Amino acid sequence: MEGPTTRSMAGWAVGALVLIALPFVWSDPYPLHIMIQILIWSFAYTSWSIMGRFGLVSLGHGGFMGVGAYVTALLWNHLGITPWIGIPVSLVCAGVLALVVAYPCFRFRITGHYFALVTLALSGIVLQVITASRDLTGGSLGFSPKMMPADSIFALQFRDKTTWYLIALAMWAVGLLIWRKVDRSMDRYALEAVSEDEDAAAAVGVNVTVEKLKITVISALMTAFAGALYCQYQLFITPDTVSGISVSLQMVFAAVVGGVYVALGPTVGAVITILLAETLRIGFGTKAVGWDNLIYGVLLVLFIVFLPKGILGSTLDWLRLRRRRG
Amino acid sequence: MQAFLEIFDIYLLEAVINGILLGGVLALLALGLNLIFGVIDVTWICYAELVMIGMYGMYFLVSTYHVPYWAAAPLCILLVAGVGALLHLVVIQPLLSAPPINQLLATGGVLFFLQSLATVCFGIDFRNLGIQLPVLGVGEMNFSYARLLAFGAALVGISAVYVFMNRTYTGTAIRAIAQDRHIMPLMGVDARRIYIITSAIGGGLAGLASCLLVLQYDVHPFVGLSFGPITFLICVLGGLGNFFGGFVAAFVFAEIISLGGLFSDLEWGYVLAFGFFILMMFIRPGGLLARRS
Repeated sequence: MEGPTTRSMAGWAVGALVLIALPFVWSDPYPLHIMIQILIWSFAYTSWSIMGRFGLVSLGHGGFMGVGAYVTALLWNHLGITPWIGIPVSLVCAGVLALVVAYPCFRFRITGHYFALVTLALSGIVLQVITASRDLTGGSLGFSPKMMPADSIFALQFRDKTTWYLIALAMWAVGLLIWRKVDRSMDRYALEAVSEDEDAAAAVGVNVTVEKLKITVISALMTAFAGALYCQYQLFITPDTVSGISVSLQMVFAAVVGGVYVALGPTVGAVITILLAETLRIGFGTKAVGWDNLIYGVLLVLFIVFLPKGILGSTLDWLRLRRRRG
Repeated sequence: MQAFLEIFDIYLLEAVINGILLGGVLALLALGLNLIFGVIDVTWICYAELVMIGMYGMYFLVSTYHVPYWAAAPLCILLVAGVGALLHLVVIQPLLSAPPINQLLATGGVLFFLQSLATVCFGIDFRNLGIQLPVLGVGEMNFSYARLLAFGAALVGISAVYVFMNRTYTGTAIRAIAQDRHIMPLMGVDARRIYIITSAIGGGLAGLASCLLVLQYDVHPFVGLSFGPITFLICVLGGLGNFFGGFVAAFVFAEIISLGGLFSDLEWGYVLAFGFFILMMFIRPGGLLARRS
């Protein structure tokens, strides 16, 4: 991979400036709301593909997201602990959960199908625990963090959408930086070798279990963080919007559509899925219930059959091929 | 104290027996999933959604078109068997040489598709057949006929598949393909045909399960989520592709859910079952009946 040229650096700087300046120039609440949604979910999808690109297909990320959202909110409501402490605590919980589930999987060579199904169990557990402890969490009716009367840094609650936009933008940028860090590390080569052939990788000195655990924990922490911020922004969560199998599948879907192997792929996936859902919702109103998922389902199948590298991945491949020829 | 213990035991026994009755249907679903995994090496994440299709089929045949239950059931089994074969032809066949995880994700797409198709076509109302089967009282314990019927029919279904697999030429070919999918085509077995037949049988088992479950549960687009995950866990716990392991694991799981639900809410029964599953992954990663290596 070539180093950063002056031209591409300038491109990134201009892009960053435009994104930062956007809410000050154009501050309609609704488009801003959509942008914030896209940024938060992009971060979540990026955190899924950070491990998904190495063939570690997890269906448990709905679980990590649920832990991030609910632990933070529960600590705030029941113990009055500020999200500034609550979010780190929820991240620790998600990390421990990831270790508990992933360690035996990797130690005992549970890969592919098996890994997906074991992590599916994790989503299921988190969803059922949240629903079952309805005295604390409000069960399937949902849960709202206690509102402060005014904006509060202590409670991490802001009514102003511009503030949230900037927070979400920073989070998204950090997600991309983490992706880049992983992409340029030795771990990436180790994990690519592992995804091709575990035995061969182990034979040349890759510690398979440790490498996989590292990436899984990073991914779980990021996902839990996305959950916590989602909860702080929306101030309302239900077990079905932040945990469970549908959320896990939603992450997989967006990442696959955008492209799992390129940094901005999950972001492209988030843009497409959220804009599609919103367009349908505005165009058809309540009649649109179900249509967005219907289209997602068909698209997911089509993409996996015809375009497994996703929209962005395939486009980049095509451009590279053209440049080489031309 | 004595009286308390007696009542407690009656409830305990009732829960144990209800667990066994639940286990029958779960074993049926696990068999279908295991069959498809063992033969085609594909996991249908959307398996429980096929059951949902079947339940809607039963609902419309019986409630709207007034077909008697005993005549609607075979139609419904055929319908879901057809859906299973179609799923294989349309989604799995183009992906046969792709990495297995892509097949799993594609069926995840089918899960979205079927759930929302049902939402779009039928709305999110809960519907039920309105057939009320009597309750059988034994001593002070009560068992619903719906569950007894489900258990009996599930066992008949499982036995029928067993006989088919062991006594017919096609069944032998299916088992042979499951052992070595590369050699069997050289022996003159048409793998394509066998895959379609297997998918249809897998669908048919889901269809049978749907006829039985529709007597106990309301139909709605997301009904698959209530027993889909549990079916996968059973299959993994028994060892994916291991028919007998899946059978045993179904009863183990059903007992945990039933007994867990006795002491607390039903959800905690599920939580216990999921927790047990993860614990077992530590102890027996290859499945309940796998030999230790």
